[in-house]
Amino acid sequence: MGLTGLPGTLIAGVWRQPSGRAALVTLGLIVAVALAGPPFLPNPAAQPDVLGQASLPPGSGHLLGTDPLSRDVLSRVVGGARVSLAVAGLAILVSVTIGAGVGLVAGYLGGAVDAVLMRLVDAALAIPRLFILLLLLAVWDHIPLGALILILGTTGWFGTSRLVRGEVLRLKQEAFVTGAEALGAGRARVMFRHLFPNTLGPLLVAATLGVGDVILLEAGLSFLGLGIQPPRPSWGGMIFDAKAELLTAPWTSIFPGLAIAATVLAVNLLGDALSGALDQRQS
Amino acid sequence: MTRWLLLRCLQAAVTLLLVAILLFCLMRLAPGDPLSRVSGEQQLTPGALAHLREQYGLDQPIARQLAIWLAGVVRGDLGASIEYGRPVTSLIAERLRASLLLGGTALLINFTLGLWLGAVQAVRRGTPVDRWLTAASLAGYATPSFWLGLVLAALVAVRWRLLPAAGMQNPLLASDAGPWVRGLDIADHLALPAATLVIVSIASTMRYQRRAMLEVLPLPYIVAARAKGLAESVVVRRHAWRNALFPVLSLAGLWLPILATGSVFVESVFAWPGLGSLAAGAVGTRDYPLLMGTALLVSSLIVLGGLLTDVAYGVLDPRIRWA
Repeated sequence: MGLTGLPGTLIAGVWRQPSGRAALVTLGLIVAVALAGPPFLPNPAAQPDVLGQASLPPGSGHLLGTDPLSRDVLSRVVGGARVSLAVAGLAILVSVTIGAGVGLVAGYLGGAVDAVLMRLVDAALAIPRLFILLLLLAVWDHIPLGALILILGTTGWFGTSRLVRGEVLRLKQEAFVTGAEALGAGRARVMFRHLFPNTLGPLLVAATLGVGDVILLEAGLSFLGLGIQPPRPSWGGMIFDAKAELLTAPWTSIFPGLAIAATVLAVNLLGDALSGALDQRQS
Repeated sequence: MTRWLLLRCLQAAVTLLLVAILLFCLMRLAPGDPLSRVSGEQQLTPGALAHLREQYGLDQPIARQLAIWLAGVVRGDLGASIEYGRPVTSLIAERLRASLLLGGTALLINFTLGLWLGAVQAVRRGTPVDRWLTAASLAGYATPSFWLGLVLAALVAVRWRLLPAAGMQNPLLASDAGPWVRGLDIADHLALPAATLVIVSIASTMRYQRRAMLEVLPLPYIVAARAKGLAESVVVRRHAWRNALFPVLSLAGLWLPILATGSVFVESVFAWPGLGSLAAGAVGTRDYPLLMGTALLVSSLIVLGGLLTDVAYGVLDPRIRWA
């Protein structure tokens, strides 16, 4: 079982499932608008008249209306999409890397290394991630974006390491691993050249589902004022800012909330479809 | 059996000890110490700051501080809150009941409704009912709880005036109101936060139940029950449901963290006087002892929940004990 054609087979497998197709199309649209949208939208940072166009309803030159500071809501939602997706993507890259490394080492070396690492992971998993984040973020007045990404990444790998460890324990007994060992391959070579590529499938599913978790967490933290700092737009921050206007100008908080829900739903459906495609490929 | 039980308890105790150490390390990872943040905002004199450092034991070496924290945890002493100036344990004790009421209600509804809907989905798999229930529950799972809470409060409480928007009791309630009136009042306040928590958390229960039922339904004993001429509803309710219930037990380990996290946001939005809003408030005031205390309590509940499910599993299914 090699890596040849894995991405192609997976995309085809996802596309075969109706929910996977919907997820791919939705996510593709969101990413495309986030990447290409801003030049075509009013720049919220350059508002000519701060109060003159406050809280305008949708339509009338502003597709999704304006917020209490006269900023175009659509521009802010798209700006929030850029930040949210970038933060979630980078944070997942960090957490998947650490999780895969720890899982490979614990599963392959076994013994005391495994016991110590897994007891630590047990303990870390018992503390809800939000509480870890609250403890780490409470010190910052204005957290830099890079630090936020790192903190989100380094608190998300515990489950991934367990998953990879389980895969490694299963694969360790297979002929291609014992064969490589018999041919004199070193531990690092067996771990990274032979075991790692075979954990990629489950890792990809975990990473995809993890993106949804991070988007929700980041929105919640920004809502509490601990995540992305204004004036940089964030979906959670927009909802917090518009809290008082929920009834008088509902569009200012309804749209960012819908953006979060739609993105997370699409990401989770994609994760499920990926897992389905992997199952099919194995059977 | 006794040996297995002892080992499992020992493992839980080790996990709890590691949780306490991890929480301490997380707090000390922060640059400076907890008081340097507070002093910057309140402009304490250096003398007062040194006095406070001494009072909170922050002038001791790190290893010593860890030992003091662990000894305190074992004795049930979590230190004093910086903001309130009172023992963390008594603050937590005051708030625990409200959180257990909200979390317990949400869990109960999640469990009963989720098991029922999941079973309905399994029996009618592949039909539009199955697909729409999956879509609806996944949409709920993807919705941020704080936003859903705000929207529900704005519509149901503020616009339609059907239910109260915040708090746990009506402060204007007559002091001689009977227990029925008081209970109903609390139930009114409970409805919206509990509904929010259920909507964002029910997807996993439904999913597991659906899968468990689908595994049980083709088994020979179900076929035999049908062959006996039992009505389909009896087969599902008396035979399939019971055995499918089993794997769902393990979900407790999954819900507790979701509920703990959800409660931070939901309690904050609805001003519910529980642990979640206490923790959220502690972040704002950088009240580290309080934050660590609530985190430790929530984590202990999660470890304990995991232990109880494992024990229940072991008692009900002997195969687990030998695995």
